[in-house]
Amino acid sequence: MSAIAPTSPRTGGTFLRRNAIWWVALLFVLLLPQVARSGTSIAVLNQMCIMVIFSLSYNMLLGQGGMLSFGHAVYFGLGGYFTIHLMKMASGGFFMPLPLVPLAGGLAGLLFGLLFGSFSTNRAGTVFAMISLGIGEMIAASSLIFVKFSGGEEGITADRTDLTSLFGIRFRSEVDVYYLIAAWMVLSAWLMYRFSRTPVGRMANAVRDNPERAEFVGYSQKHVRLLSFMGAGFFAGIAGGLFAVNYEIVTEETVNLVSSGTVLLQAYIGGVGFFAGPIVGAIVYTLLQTLLSNYTEIWAFYVGLIFVATVMYAPTGLTGIIMMHLPIYRAGKLRSLALPYLRIGVPALCCTIGVIGLLELLHFLSVRAVGQSTKRLFWLTLNVEQPFAWIIFSVLAVGGFLVARRVAPSVLAAWEAASLHAFGGRAR
Amino acid sequence: MTAAIELVDLRKSFGSTEIIRGVNLEVGEGERHAVIGPNGAGKSTLYNLITAKYVPTAGRIRLRGQDITARKPYEINRMGLSRSFQVTNIFPRMSVFENVRCGALWAMNYRYSFWQDVDRLDDVNERSLQILNDIGMVPRADVPAGVLSYAEQRALEIGITIAGGANVVLLDEPTAGMNRSETDQTVELVRRITENKTLIMVEHDMSVVFGLADRISVLVYGEIIASGPPDEIRGNPAVREAYLGAEAD
Repeated sequence: MSAIAPTSPRTGGTFLRRNAIWWVALLFVLLLPQVARSGTSIAVLNQMCIMVIFSLSYNMLLGQGGMLSFGHAVYFGLGGYFTIHLMKMASGGFFMPLPLVPLAGGLAGLLFGLLFGSFSTNRAGTVFAMISLGIGEMIAASSLIFVKFSGGEEGITADRTDLTSLFGIRFRSEVDVYYLIAAWMVLSAWLMYRFSRTPVGRMANAVRDNPERAEFVGYSQKHVRLLSFMGAGFFAGIAGGLFAVNYEIVTEETVNLVSSGTVLLQAYIGGVGFFAGPIVGAIVYTLLQTLLSNYTEIWAFYVGLIFVATVMYAPTGLTGIIMMHLPIYRAGKLRSLALPYLRIGVPALCCTIGVIGLLELLHFLSVRAVGQSTKRLFWLTLNVEQPFAWIIFSVLAVGGFLVARRVAPSVLAAWEAASLHAFGGRAR
Repeated sequence: MTAAIELVDLRKSFGSTEIIRGVNLEVGEGERHAVIGPNGAGKSTLYNLITAKYVPTAGRIRLRGQDITARKPYEINRMGLSRSFQVTNIFPRMSVFENVRCGALWAMNYRYSFWQDVDRLDDVNERSLQILNDIGMVPRADVPAGVLSYAEQRALEIGITIAGGANVVLLDEPTAGMNRSETDQTVELVRRITENKTLIMVEHDMSVVFGLADRISVLVYGEIIASGPPDEIRGNPAVREAYLGAEAD
């Protein structure tokens, strides 16, 4: 025990190493559009960056503040609307460089955060969740009622190239826009990280863990939550503003409950217990949405399945799974897990293929044209009217599941042994 | 001289049942005062009244002459009163060091700062380390508080309570559920950290308070039946009958 050195508050020794991953990430952000040059991949990257900011802002509520919001898109969407209105006004001629317009979204998010937060942050838990849902529904409905502001179903459009050019850049190309969005993403992520390390940021964790105790070290739980809430609103508004810049249109879809659900899914799949979790979640979700939708119409169903699986089997999210393996990797014990993981990976893959097959066949049955009886799936042509494909997929799904469940305890034991070893090695 | 804590005809009813039935109590500055009483006497209710968890039905509570009746917990804390909880009450997902640091932030004037890096607040971090040292938990600084043993969590709870430097400290059964040696250690810790401070503690275990308290009040059925130095309390026949009689064999 005594081998562990007393904590140095600054933990300076690991400073460089701890930040190395962020420098690598930054390099990635800078170089990616040079590698993935096609228009579609830039479009995906832009969406990804916007979602990263949005998800990180959501985690200021859920992961760091313990507030489960079902209406965070309110601040994203309103940020988008205010930004697009500013863009429209600015195209009339007054000086307003495009890189600054997302700030209008941020301010809108901040102010609406103050407005709605002022009565919803008294308590966390169910009350907060219900109020957030109510506000979400209210604003989504309003966006179809106050047509002058929201443009109704068509939304509001603007042309970003009409705005004042800055150093001759008019943001005509997608790549220019990418760098604008990426710069905002890096700045926002950095600021949100810094926020989590300030007195209020730490007390947000404390209030999340134990509001009663936090009050008895001098902090009003409401005020601490409200500050986090406003910060989350601000950055969601920035993300919404970037959405307006990128797509040049803002509709009801940005502000509705589906959008609120999406950001929850992203943050949760990535892992709300870690600062980087929502980043991972936003990247994975955007990839699923854009790539998967090229191959299947029911991609959203799969995302739902992944979400349920995450909640049930990996509540710490993808980042949590990675973090579980970090000490094992450091101890050089990762290889000892290869065989156990293969043992569960193969049946799990079989199960996945089986489930996908069944779902796709079912979907095909419900949408096929009259007389159509074959579907191409997994590079095979399958006849849905013959039982063969159905039997094969059912066997794969059920068999894979049963085998995976059977070997799961031994795999878990292997992981525990490896991580015990890793921690034992570190203590020495 | 104004008392550190003054209770004036304090009453609390739940429905038609009056649990605290007119308590008058004055605790002087720098005094270690213990409130003891048999189970069901209303000790916890009294404690929760002073610390603003419950709102009294009638009566006043004054902290150094200032009325704090029905103030919010965080306001009372900012006025210099700090409390522990009987059920262990820490921030389980934060490290031990961070738990203590949370206790120090407001009192050291960092309040709702969202522009300063906590790791660079040298005064707070030094104080927190000092507190960890006082409660003997420096080696456990980086451990998540939720995985500490019960006795360790109780010690940490006291650490959070004193981290803000409050002058009036309230402890709710700090030794509850501890074995003999843990109890002795905790009593020693409480004695050390309440040097030059006002301490009010609610305690069931008599042996704990006789060595520690300057004065003892005995609460029976929501009323204080005796109040005085330990020796006087020990010799008081009413106390013996109401309380000690049940335990002394």
